[in-house]
Amino acid sequence: MTDSKYFTTTKKGEIFELKAELNSDKKEKKKEAVKKVIASMTVGKDVSALFPDVVNCMQTDNLELKKLVYLYLMNYAKSQPDMAIMAVNTFVKDCEDTNPLIRALAVRTMGCIRVDKITEYLCEPLRKCLKDEDPYVRKTAAVCVAKLHDINAQLVEDQGFLDTLKDLISDSNPMVVANAVAALSEIAESHPNSNLLDLNPQSINKLLTALNECTEWGQIFILDCLANYTPRDDRESQSICERVTPRLSHANSAVVLSAVKVLMKFMEMLPKDLDYYGTLLKKLAPPLVTLLSAEPELQYVALRNINLIVQKRPEILKHEMKVFFVKYNDPIYVKLEKLDIMIRLASQANIAQVLAELKEYATEVDVDFVRKAVRAIGRCAIKVEQSAERCVSTLLDLIQTKVNYVVQEAIVVIKDIFRKYPNKYESVIATLCENLDSLDEPEARAAMIWIVGEYAERIDNADELLESFLEGFHDESTQVQLQLLTAIVKLFLKKPTETQELVQQVLSLATQDSDNPDLRDRGYIYWRLLSTDPVAAKEVVLAEKPLISEETDLIEPTLLEELICHIGTLASVYHKPPSAFVEGSRGVQHKRLPARSGSGESAESPEAAPPAGGAAPEAAPAVIPSQGDLLGDLLNLDLGPPTSGGTPAPTSALQMGAMDLLGGGLDSLLGGDLGGSPAMGTGFGGAPAVMPASLNAPVGGGLGDLFDLGGGVGIPTGAYVPPKTVWLPAMKAKGLEISGTFARRAGVIQMELSLNNKAMSVMTDFAIQFNRNSFGLAPAGPLQVLTPLSPNQTIEVSLPLSTVGPVMKMEPLSNLQVAVKNNIDVFYFSCQYPISILFVEDGKMERQVFLATWKDIPNDNEAQFQIKDCHLNTDAATNKLQSSNIFTIAKRTVEGQDMLYQSIKLTNGIWVLAELRVQAGSPSYTLSLKCRAPEVSQFVFQCYEMVLKN
Amino acid sequence: MTTIGCNCRLIAASVQTTEKEATALLVFPLKEEKREKNITEPSTVSPGYSEDCLTPLRVKPGVRMIHSLFLVNSSGDIFLEKHWKSVVSRSVCDYFFEAQERASEPENVPPVIPTPHHYLISVLRHRIYFVAVIQSEVPPLFVIEFLHRVVDTFQDYFGVCTEAAIKDNVVVVYELLEEMLDNGFPLATESNILKELIKPPTILRTVVNTITGSTNVGEQLPTGQLSVVPWRRTGVKYTNNEAYFDVVEEIDAIIDKSGSTITAEIQGVIDACVKLTGMPDLTLSFMNPRLLDDVSFHPCVRFKRWEAERILSFIPPDGNFRLLSYHVSSQNLVAIPVYVKHNISFREGSSQGRFELTLGPKQTMGKAVEAVLVSSQLPRGVLNANFSASQGTYTFDPVTKMLSWDVGKINPQKLPSLKGSMSLQAGASKPDENPTINIQLKIQQMAISGLKVNRLDMYGEKYKPFKGIKYMTKAGKFQVRT
Repeated sequence: MTDSKYFTTTKKGEIFELKAELNSDKKEKKKEAVKKVIASMTVGKDVSALFPDVVNCMQTDNLELKKLVYLYLMNYAKSQPDMAIMAVNTFVKDCEDTNPLIRALAVRTMGCIRVDKITEYLCEPLRKCLKDEDPYVRKTAAVCVAKLHDINAQLVEDQGFLDTLKDLISDSNPMVVANAVAALSEIAESHPNSNLLDLNPQSINKLLTALNECTEWGQIFILDCLANYTPRDDRESQSICERVTPRLSHANSAVVLSAVKVLMKFMEMLPKDLDYYGTLLKKLAPPLVTLLSAEPELQYVALRNINLIVQKRPEILKHEMKVFFVKYNDPIYVKLEKLDIMIRLASQANIAQVLAELKEYATEVDVDFVRKAVRAIGRCAIKVEQSAERCVSTLLDLIQTKVNYVVQEAIVVIKDIFRKYPNKYESVIATLCENLDSLDEPEARAAMIWIVGEYAERIDNADELLESFLEGFHDESTQVQLQLLTAIVKLFLKKPTETQELVQQVLSLATQDSDNPDLRDRGYIYWRLLSTDPVAAKEVVLAEKPLISEETDLIEPTLLEELICHIGTLASVYHKPPSAFVEGSRGVQHKRLPARSGSGESAESPEAAPPAGGAAPEAAPAVIPSQGDLLGDLLNLDLGPPTSGGTPAPTSALQMGAMDLLGGGLDSLLGGDLGGSPAMGTGFGGAPAVMPASLNAPVGGGLGDLFDLGGGVGIPTGAYVPPKTVWLPAMKAKGLEISGTFARRAGVIQMELSLNNKAMSVMTDFAIQFNRNSFGLAPAGPLQVLTPLSPNQTIEVSLPLSTVGPVMKMEPLSNLQVAVKNNIDVFYFSCQYPISILFVEDGKMERQVFLATWKDIPNDNEAQFQIKDCHLNTDAATNKLQSSNIFTIAKRTVEGQDMLYQSIKLTNGIWVLAELRVQAGSPSYTLSLKCRAPEVSQFVFQCYEMVLKN
Repeated sequence: MTTIGCNCRLIAASVQTTEKEATALLVFPLKEEKREKNITEPSTVSPGYSEDCLTPLRVKPGVRMIHSLFLVNSSGDIFLEKHWKSVVSRSVCDYFFEAQERASEPENVPPVIPTPHHYLISVLRHRIYFVAVIQSEVPPLFVIEFLHRVVDTFQDYFGVCTEAAIKDNVVVVYELLEEMLDNGFPLATESNILKELIKPPTILRTVVNTITGSTNVGEQLPTGQLSVVPWRRTGVKYTNNEAYFDVVEEIDAIIDKSGSTITAEIQGVIDACVKLTGMPDLTLSFMNPRLLDDVSFHPCVRFKRWEAERILSFIPPDGNFRLLSYHVSSQNLVAIPVYVKHNISFREGSSQGRFELTLGPKQTMGKAVEAVLVSSQLPRGVLNANFSASQGTYTFDPVTKMLSWDVGKINPQKLPSLKGSMSLQAGASKPDENPTINIQLKIQQMAISGLKVNRLDMYGEKYKPFKGIKYMTKAGKFQVRT
């Protein structure tokens, strides 16, 4: 007599049979039938056709049957909303039942039925249940509020359920508190600015009390909630830590990890010399170690988090190296994580042990793991200087094993060791060369070639070795080809006499027979360098290379800080910022570790940090960057070119960026001694000729500025340009921060960007692309970032835009989705442009046409706006608007009111007609807009406001 | 009525648009050729949109916790699905199957798998994959712990957690899952409470139910659910009052070639079976509590008392439960109970290899080492093995190359050994890898860390309970490298 019998009837008439059974008079038969229905549901069969019959079974006093029907309802109510209404009455009745179990069950099920119509009926029973005398019902109702909020947020707010929920935080029963916190944090998650969980010392105290008494799951919710709080001072921080530490001994690993998160965050506020700080550090290690003795899935998540913790506070686990040693039957995903942490913990004290382990791993069966182990040895050498020699000898031992992939991997890492410790371990080159023939992977071949080229002067037969590679040049991968080209050029520069033929050969192979542009370009550059100025070539090709360091594989500090605040989450597993996981901009809240502050001082709360969104916030009023500075900058430039040819353009600080860019670009292009070559002899005069054409315009603009400023400083001559706002925070883009604004200059729409590199590595290869947008904005040329962007450097770029791109209506209308690529990744952000950049210069309408058009557009399309606090007189306003291509056609004065009739034309040919009423002496203007596309009115109004107020 | 239908469609439409936005990410044409190709594409298809860039996946805020659960058997069939919110198509599991295919071993399937619209978090227990589907930023450990709790509950209810057992009890399973999670929030996961809400199936009860028509769903609210001691119900009655505690320690160790210990640690647990009437309050004290510096307690243990006095004070749950687990890592405290002498060698050019293995007791405080089982994955090149065992039996699987030797008890006077030769493929070169030897063993009446219970006292009730404490040491992941 088992449930498997329910699966046996799979013949055609099944549904029909069930229907009959469901309508049977016998209770027992009914129940069996419902069970059969449920069983079919569990294996994914569609039994929704039975909805009315199952609902009929609902009115029963048999609890099991009732539960089963409820189970069914939850699954299918959404597809049968009309039918679901039939169930409402029973729900409402059950909410009044004397048995709290039934009351709770009813309110719980109702919340799960995601049908709008039902929610209305849910309100009253829910309100009662939230105040039920039985805590079991209350805690169920608390969760129900979150469910309801998910279906209809407005309803929940209107009904005041949120306040009731907040009151439940003070409930006498800890389970109710825990569920209320869970529900509130879920709601708060979707409304980051709602301030729902208004944490203050009192509520924190309540939470801490409930923490001791509620279930393990409730503890997780409470701890996650605590982690969002920022204590006022170190004393409060310490007292919270003291009350959270017992959670580290909990059997549930999710509780432990959430507690670790709270402690890691609040520790930041404790003074390091405090005794308690040391105690806390000691207390953190054992629970983390214990997590590693759990099931492999738990271990994996724990290891990903420990990886973050050891980067932030290596001292916690510095004595625990051994627990990360790999067992041969660990799943591969655990092995790889352990290996990574071993390297992070490697230090002079334990390096011997670590190396012995790594060497052991290199003889394992799994190829991926072996490779990573070999690579790890190299990373240890780079990280722990004292161990380098030992690492090299370990690698040599491994090369002796002659296991093909071990040898190749070893050669790749030895190359890195050479980069870190130049001229120290060349003695091993001979051993490496012995294995030349066995290398079949591009990376290993490239590494070997690099080594030969770099140390060509000490390898007697370097030319023979390289020549042997050259035979199959065309079959090699690009990586190897490039490396071979460079190596041979190096060899030539070091031993010019014997290798002239070889270098000729490789240069012609690279430039004439290759269809790879990178290879061709590099070949040509070498060729020209070598033929014009070998001395310069030597300086360029054989230049000192920057040393590599272990920093390269560390997580960027700002990201690390944020991830520490998200220990235990998916973000911490993927080591990516949480914003990468949440759709849209809402819900994204950057968390930061609190700053340390003494008693009495208040630390900045993380909640206060502005929510970083994709959409640019309304441009805050700000002045154009001080013109004095601008002038100074210009004068500092040592400019000698003729002053003609520049179209005067409005003032902009950004154009200066283009100048810098030009200078920088030239410097690097002319790098070395090339400046002395005859072609460049004329200096800057000839410079623009070699620059890409599109740069000429900005250059001219920059020059124009100079004269503009000279002419009349202080007179607003151009359209207002909003100040730059941050569009893409560094945190979301691996250290690249982009801020920018839009402008219209001399009829050209320009996107002005500041690219700021906040990462630790150089960024190159910038490119930009737009998504389809309302007005077809598209870049008119490539993004001109010619020099690599080094850390902490900012580049200003101006990107001309066209309006001939693909069109798609966006919400809001002026939204623009942008993708920016660099050598690291592709990043996405969205921003809003002021619609004024689309106002064209020939937007002045004939008077007669204006009158006719005004009458022609239906009155429904008229929109009225108030512009408050504007103190300009009519003429000044007219001038200002005119410079933004809002043209005044006529002016009338009626009863002390100035009426301005204005026209605007958008790039896509849409006309906007405006009537601006200015009451003398009153700071408030009235603007009436008429347009055949009324949705633009709102944005036009915003432009009016922006222009008039700035 | 029609308006409702309308509403529904509207909701569906709005959901669709948000999903569209999520995928509306731009991708750069990376190469010149590609860009040109994009231009020639018909303009109705927006160029460059792709789902490839969706890792990490973007999820909707506000839809938290576990969405659905799929149970997958070892042959890759989904045999049960449960949805706590809207129904997620089982095709989402295709991503899981892909990962499963990629993994060389069943246990190598990564526990967190991103898909374009969901995350899959899975655990593998009893050869069943429990795959949870989540749609938002949920702590993965939370999900994994919950899945473990589901497995434990099934095992508790049905004795075993197998596909057959789950299918046989599918309605109970469904009721349990519904009771354990509400809207993705864990509701009742304590086995005591669950058992009061949903009675576990027994043969007797099934018979009685069919005769009387009664149900296996509790009609009353569980008493323990909201009391200060949620883990214990009131009104417990026994005729024989007894409390048993099992101290079980597992040694995890890695021993290197030369026999020296690389790592060794002890994972200990104290499992209890307490059948006591009323509301007993127990205290358990140890002879050497200092050993326990890294402990995880059952929620019933009063943590303050432990901090202050190093005494375990608690009102126990009824029945079986894990009182605490602990971890001893400092190496001088971890005794290694056996030693292994081994010689596995292959000669270059010969198609034969030598194999010799001898086991002996080491630090066992005079206790016998029993149930010893030695296993080792021999190198891939080994075709067959011809050994002789001084005691016990050995098997060698030529397909998986797994050698396993059931030794039994170690007699210190006559050490067990396994000797013989391995044949290699003719002409094959000497294998590169060194096999690792895995050892399982048991030692009764001893906790290898030396942990000893001092006394157990009961307060709050008048009767005299029967008390018992048992010690046992096992090998956990005990590996000897060769």
